[in-house]
Amino acid sequence: MNEAARQHRLVVAAPPHVHGPGSCRSIMLWVVGALAPAALWSVVQMGSPALITYGVCIGTALAVEAAWNALARKPQTVTDGSALVTGLLLAMSLPPLTPWWISAVGAAVAIVLGKMVFGGLGWNLFNPALVGRAFVVLSWGGVLSKLPSKGWFRAIDVAGSGSLDAISGATRLAIAAADRAAKGGYRFDLAAQYQPLLFRNLEGSLGEVSAALLILGGLVLIWRRIIDWRIPVGYAGAMAALSWAFGSDPIFNVLAGGVLLGAFFMATDYVSSPMVPNARLVYGIGCGVFNAVGRFFGSMPEATTFAILFMNGLAPLLDKIFMPRTFGWVKRNG
Amino acid sequence: MLRSAFRGGIHPPDMKQATAGRAIERAPVPERLVVPASQHIGACCEPTVEPGQRVRRGQIIASIDAFVSAPVHSPVDGEVADVGECLTAAGMRVPAVTITPDAEQDFESWEPVEGGEPAAVVRSAGIVGMGGATFPSAVKLSPPKEFTLTTVILNGCECEPYLTCDHRLMLESPERVLRGGRIMQEALGAKRLVIGIESNKPDAARAMKTAAHGTGAEVVVLPTKYPQGAEKQLIWAILRTEVPHGKLPAAVGALVHNVGTAAAIADAVDLRKPLMERVVTVTGRVARPGNYLVVLGTLVRDLIETAGGFVGEVERVIAGGPMTGPALGSLDVPVTKGMSGIVVLGPGDAAAPVDADQPCIRCGRCSEACPMFLQPFAIGTYANARLWDRTEQVHALDCIECGACAYVCPTRRPLVQLIRLAKAELTARGVRP
Ligand code: SF4
Ligand code: SF4
Repeated sequence: MNEAARQHRLVVAAPPHVHGPGSCRSIMLWVVGALAPAALWSVVQMGSPALITYGVCIGTALAVEAAWNALARKPQTVTDGSALVTGLLLAMSLPPLTPWWISAVGAAVAIVLGKMVFGGLGWNLFNPALVGRAFVVLSWGGVLSKLPSKGWFRAIDVAGSGSLDAISGATRLAIAAADRAAKGGYRFDLAAQYQPLLFRNLEGSLGEVSAALLILGGLVLIWRRIIDWRIPVGYAGAMAALSWAFGSDPIFNVLAGGVLLGAFFMATDYVSSPMVPNARLVYGIGCGVFNAVGRFFGSMPEATTFAILFMNGLAPLLDKIFMPRTFGWVKRNG
Repeated sequence: MLRSAFRGGIHPPDMKQATAGRAIERAPVPERLVVPASQHIGACCEPTVEPGQRVRRGQIIASIDAFVSAPVHSPVDGEVADVGECLTAAGMRVPAVTITPDAEQDFESWEPVEGGEPAAVVRSAGIVGMGGATFPSAVKLSPPKEFTLTTVILNGCECEPYLTCDHRLMLESPERVLRGGRIMQEALGAKRLVIGIESNKPDAARAMKTAAHGTGAEVVVLPTKYPQGAEKQLIWAILRTEVPHGKLPAAVGALVHNVGTAAAIADAVDLRKPLMERVVTVTGRVARPGNYLVVLGTLVRDLIETAGGFVGEVERVIAGGPMTGPALGSLDVPVTKGMSGIVVLGPGDAAAPVDADQPCIRCGRCSEACPMFLQPFAIGTYANARLWDRTEQVHALDCIECGACAYVCPTRRPLVQLIRLAKAELTARGVRP
């Protein structure tokens, strides 16, 4: 090697020698940023129990990933941002009063069974946060459904006591279901429910506090081209269309019950969703369809979780079906 | 007329402002030239001179009797100092003739010559594709009989960031470019002559339009998008036809030549001037970035001196553009017929993909960027796992190695390297595209 080259320590690397903006971490941080307003607002509304749930989920997710890598003698990946997103998403899918140990188990399962056993980031078939949530729901569904929500909040407001067995109010989803059963159609006065759903819904999970802030975050991600509009649009579109077809208020059904969190932030998880544009649209629609079917015909309030997990499983197939032809190859089937 | 672009592609910052306004300037002839005997794709030439022998500018110093080849001429008057080997920008060792140039050089004395069969003249002038592919031009001018060529396309896209040599050539010598195009059009009996220029060079497009006015040649302004200058993407943009998989552009009646090649062809046919020099953009971390007319065989080290030397910390010196050009391990490599630029990058300018063990997060950006509609992540993953049959199934051989996929990959997987590996493996197994 010659003088100038030695002096400057020329790097010999293969082209391309320039790289576009954006890294795995920056993408993850955009997702966190997009979720932040809704998350912060839920803390403002729900107070310290929310903070504890966030802290436990995120802390456990990070710790478990770090520990796994250390034990498996793998390169440390805890800083790539994906565990942070998983912990945050899991927390937002849980009710604020979730016992801390349930949150912790959920986060650990999300990281270990949802991601690391498959080989880490990029290899998981299912969305880790949803794997964690599914595990928690299947194990302690009874505990979770008995948690007081708004009632608890009001109890604190009124009595200033931390009494946990205050009224466990029926959620709006339950009211809507009862309405439908009773009248065979939705009441238009459900529209009065949009506003609380959009800004201050204190029932259900942390991610359901403000639909408006979730939509805002989702739109930011679409604008930054971090997520593909096809998935949330397909999802919400199918959900709305089927709700209407089943005689329920379409807007209400999109806003309520974690659909938006699922559509914008969970179904769009790169690793577990399809990559091909048309496959993404079909996948989004599939999520919406199964979510609606689960909500209207199943007994579970967990329709969102299982709809997305189910479609996760179909993602590779959809990619195969909709694989675009290569340039210069004759179109298949015309 | 602005056509819509091909599907896929990327928009890297074009970085051309440092040199786009610099008129072409002749670089001084260094004290020593190292002229490789092989500056083209195809059979390597053999040196035809001896040490100590005097050579004249334009005299053949290496040649071979093969169809796909191009002779090499002495770029200067001088004396052969050595006949040996040299390292090329691509990292190969090839035979080379070292020449000590005379102190005085006459670059101007070329008299117009009439007649001559273009393909033969172009062949003996040693002209190759100057956009970087270095395919001997005469071969393209002698297409097999079964093809009917309808369109000659001159590629003035120059879509690689940093490079401006074609831009300046079109701006300063539009008639020569056009003349070269016409020669090819006539030789092939093609109906159309189209010059494709990216929209980021409006002055060059204007100059070409003025020159083309009334000649029937069309100037088409194309959207600025990498890789607009890739042959198949350019043909699609102009003819709205896809070159079928595994076929040559001639299969759709098209022939694409770089604008620099066209100018060289004009000089060869009209003046019998062989290819002995070319415009090279020297830019990035050098004191005097510019477009230099350089005699072939000038060492990159001397050319960087001409451009005022390095400025600040230097990390990579790239031969060609940063999307496809190789990074040099030594500055003692010569400028050759296909070398369009020297781009000097420092820490922070260069950020190549690094690590095959980085995960693919299946974001889909690489597929979105791929102008060949491939699934680069899939080829990369299969190549990494040595699943060669799978790489073939996902059409690894259709990759044009443009690097758009690696440019966008957020986890910086070295997709092009992995795909190249797959292509090499498949080719070695006799799989044909
Ligand atoms: S796969 Fe090949 S053709 Fe496609 S973007 Fe990557 S380098 Fe370019
Ligand atoms: S751009 Fe990189 S991370 Fe994204 S799908 Fe392609 S290979 Fe995977």
